[in-house]
Amino acid sequence: MNWLIAILQTTLFVALAPLLAGWLKRCKCYLQNRKAPSVLQPYRDLLKLTNKQPVVSEQASWLFIKAPYIIFSATILAASVVPLIAVDLPTSASADVIVMVGFFAFARFFLALAGLDVGTAFGGMGSSREMTISSLAEPAMLMAVFTITMTASTTNLSWAISHVLEQGLVLRPSFVFALFALILVAVAETGRIPVDNPTTHLELTMIHEAMILEYSGRHLALIEWASQLKLMLYGVLIANIFLPWGIAQSFTPQALGYGLLAIIGKLAVLAIILAIAETLVAKMRLFRVQEYLGFAYLLGLLGMLSHIILEASR
Amino acid sequence: MNWTTIFLTQHVGWIDPEMPDKPIGDYIGGVAHHSPLNNVAVWQIEDKHWQQFAITAVAENLRWVAGWAEQANEQFIVNASFEKNGVYMVLRTAINASKPELPSQATVYPAANRSERHTQDMFGIHFIGHPDNRRWTRHQAWDKHQYPLRKDFPVQGEPAEITPPDMHYDFVKGYGAGVYEIPVGPVHAGIIEPGHFRFQAVGELILNLEERLGYVHKGIEKIAEGRTPESLARLAGRISGDTTVGHCWAACMAMEQAAGVEIPSRAAFIRGILAERERIANHLGDMGAICNDVAFTFAQMQFTRLRELWLRTHASVFGHRLLMDVIIPTGVSRDVSEQSCELLKKDSVMLRKELADIMTAIDLNSSLEDRLYTAGYLSPDIAAAFGTVGYVGRASGQNFDVRRDATYPPYDQVTFKVALEDQGDIASRFWVRHKEINASLKLIEQFIQLLPEGEISTPWTTPTIDSEGLGIVDGFRGEIISYVRFDTDNKIARFYPRDPSIVNWPVLEKLVLNNIVPDFPVCNKSLNGSYSGNDL
Repeated sequence: MNWLIAILQTTLFVALAPLLAGWLKRCKCYLQNRKAPSVLQPYRDLLKLTNKQPVVSEQASWLFIKAPYIIFSATILAASVVPLIAVDLPTSASADVIVMVGFFAFARFFLALAGLDVGTAFGGMGSSREMTISSLAEPAMLMAVFTITMTASTTNLSWAISHVLEQGLVLRPSFVFALFALILVAVAETGRIPVDNPTTHLELTMIHEAMILEYSGRHLALIEWASQLKLMLYGVLIANIFLPWGIAQSFTPQALGYGLLAIIGKLAVLAIILAIAETLVAKMRLFRVQEYLGFAYLLGLLGMLSHIILEASR
Repeated sequence: MNWTTIFLTQHVGWIDPEMPDKPIGDYIGGVAHHSPLNNVAVWQIEDKHWQQFAITAVAENLRWVAGWAEQANEQFIVNASFEKNGVYMVLRTAINASKPELPSQATVYPAANRSERHTQDMFGIHFIGHPDNRRWTRHQAWDKHQYPLRKDFPVQGEPAEITPPDMHYDFVKGYGAGVYEIPVGPVHAGIIEPGHFRFQAVGELILNLEERLGYVHKGIEKIAEGRTPESLARLAGRISGDTTVGHCWAACMAMEQAAGVEIPSRAAFIRGILAERERIANHLGDMGAICNDVAFTFAQMQFTRLRELWLRTHASVFGHRLLMDVIIPTGVSRDVSEQSCELLKKDSVMLRKELADIMTAIDLNSSLEDRLYTAGYLSPDIAAAFGTVGYVGRASGQNFDVRRDATYPPYDQVTFKVALEDQGDIASRFWVRHKEINASLKLIEQFIQLLPEGEISTPWTTPTIDSEGLGIVDGFRGEIISYVRFDTDNKIARFYPRDPSIVNWPVLEKLVLNNIVPDFPVCNKSLNGSYSGNDL
């Protein structure tokens, strides 16, 4: 039964990811005074891409063709670790947040290799930029996550969320620092403005898009889907760790339904905040990203220090 | 007294109008005929002094403006145009077709570099001492000894079934640890024109950029031959779609000069309105595109919206969104009614108000400021050395505007301020455009106010054979030069349009240096050269 719910939760994760992307796009369109496409547009795009025959370069090796499947699978596995609508599920019990970061790193490793594989200048450029950014983003992310897990004395997300729920609404300075650090990292890791621009057509400015420039058809669909999943994953992480209220603690249909509504509401609000932020700022110069991620790391570190100084002694 | 007189006195000697063949001075050594091409002096010199003249001209701070050639029987006539203080002149020489050689002027004028390569590709004229004699406009579409602008080459061309790829162009290479090469284009991910850019970079830092253009060569010069004036005006309006008014006006001005036709004053004013409206439409598009290239989409959407509304007024008043074919030789094809004038006035008021609102939002955005300031710096020295025109030049302190400095109707009857910035970065090019929009709005209002009554066109007189004209107008990108020579029966013998992009493209290679690779698109957009206008 528990496993069934765990599988259901992961399926929901995968199924809802394009919806979040569609909603985000809709919010951005409204803010730019444009007519917005339907929130279901990402599903249609994925379907369209799936029906198209992929065009693969003659120079491509097996890696190029397998990489989308590896990336997609690894991202789903990462998603299965994160509690979406319920805590205490077996998938989240068997793996912790470090495993999740590991899955991300694994997916990114293959994405970067695939970018290099075809030998185009853009792919290599994108891979190099992605690795530069992620090498700065990952420590910042771990620092933020450790701050939270120190409070709960566990690296397991499910237990950490349960701990926060038990404690009730307590204003912890460490959590505020960690929240901002995690938001900054999430923006960088999911390739949003001001770090990367997911809608650009300018090859030379691309980071994530440059790596996948050679992909088409179902391969592209899988990578796009994985990106949407990653965006949702970060959203859920932020929403459920810092504001876990509403998440199901028992497996009754009522609690689960309530949990689903709660996370949809939280993500919708997060998407609006992201859309506003993306509308207000221009993309930063590539060499500013290190300062930006350095700042995220600093926030994580401050969070940890404030935990040790202000909270741990009690 | 303008500089040409002083120049002749000092370097050539003044030619006695009674005995034009007898030169007095011989500093340059050539025979300098002072035969006017309407209002522009034409100096004919011997071919061997071609380079010597350029050296003297550089010392006298003349700006190289344009270069073109044509075939006349057993000779090639090569022309180069220069400007100083708003006064233009044309330098001309004839070379023997059996041994087409000419000393290069590109050795001292970097702006002449690509123009001479174009002439070399099209006519097979060899420029001695040229610093870079690689092909330019020619890719692989013609055999080695075919020169498309020679008279014996058919207009329809001799196309191979499949044009061989242009694979072996000898790009400048970078060597050393960590130096790598990024080829970009000619096919781009966005909907823009084709052009190839070859970067040498270390990490993200640009060491060198080389442009490779010519992918949209349409044979404009060749297919212009034998056209009627109306037909040439239509062709000129299609050299670069965004400058249809500018090119059409320049070509018509040249033809009208050649034919000795004076257009009615009302037509000149309507042309002025058209040109300024075109300028505003393009500047709005460019400003939006600059913002979009740094992912500030909000501004782009707003500018696009304003441009769209502006273009709709074009369509309702002039019958074409981009104003194509409104200018015709002898005048304009559409009159503006009282009602239309009111509409145009209202449009200007609306734009000024809405633009002010958007500019407030942009001016306060520090993330945008961070991207646009100091990036893509073009020093005034380089801008001057390359003869940069239009908003690119004016953003780097080049205080030159054809409308003011070599004025023509209707600009001679109004007052306006030429927008100028001296920071030379992307932000400067952005703000120059903004200032130009405001100046153009004022101009349009003045034109409407002063719009005289009368005809909008005048009868055409067939020009005599070999009548020439040089049209010089200020398009939205800057100075446009259009040379026209007539054959018999009202037919065009030679047409050469010099789009401002031809002199502005080369500075892109300079202004991106020391920038990082991901900043190139916004640098390029701030310059916004026309590929079509460059490739012809």
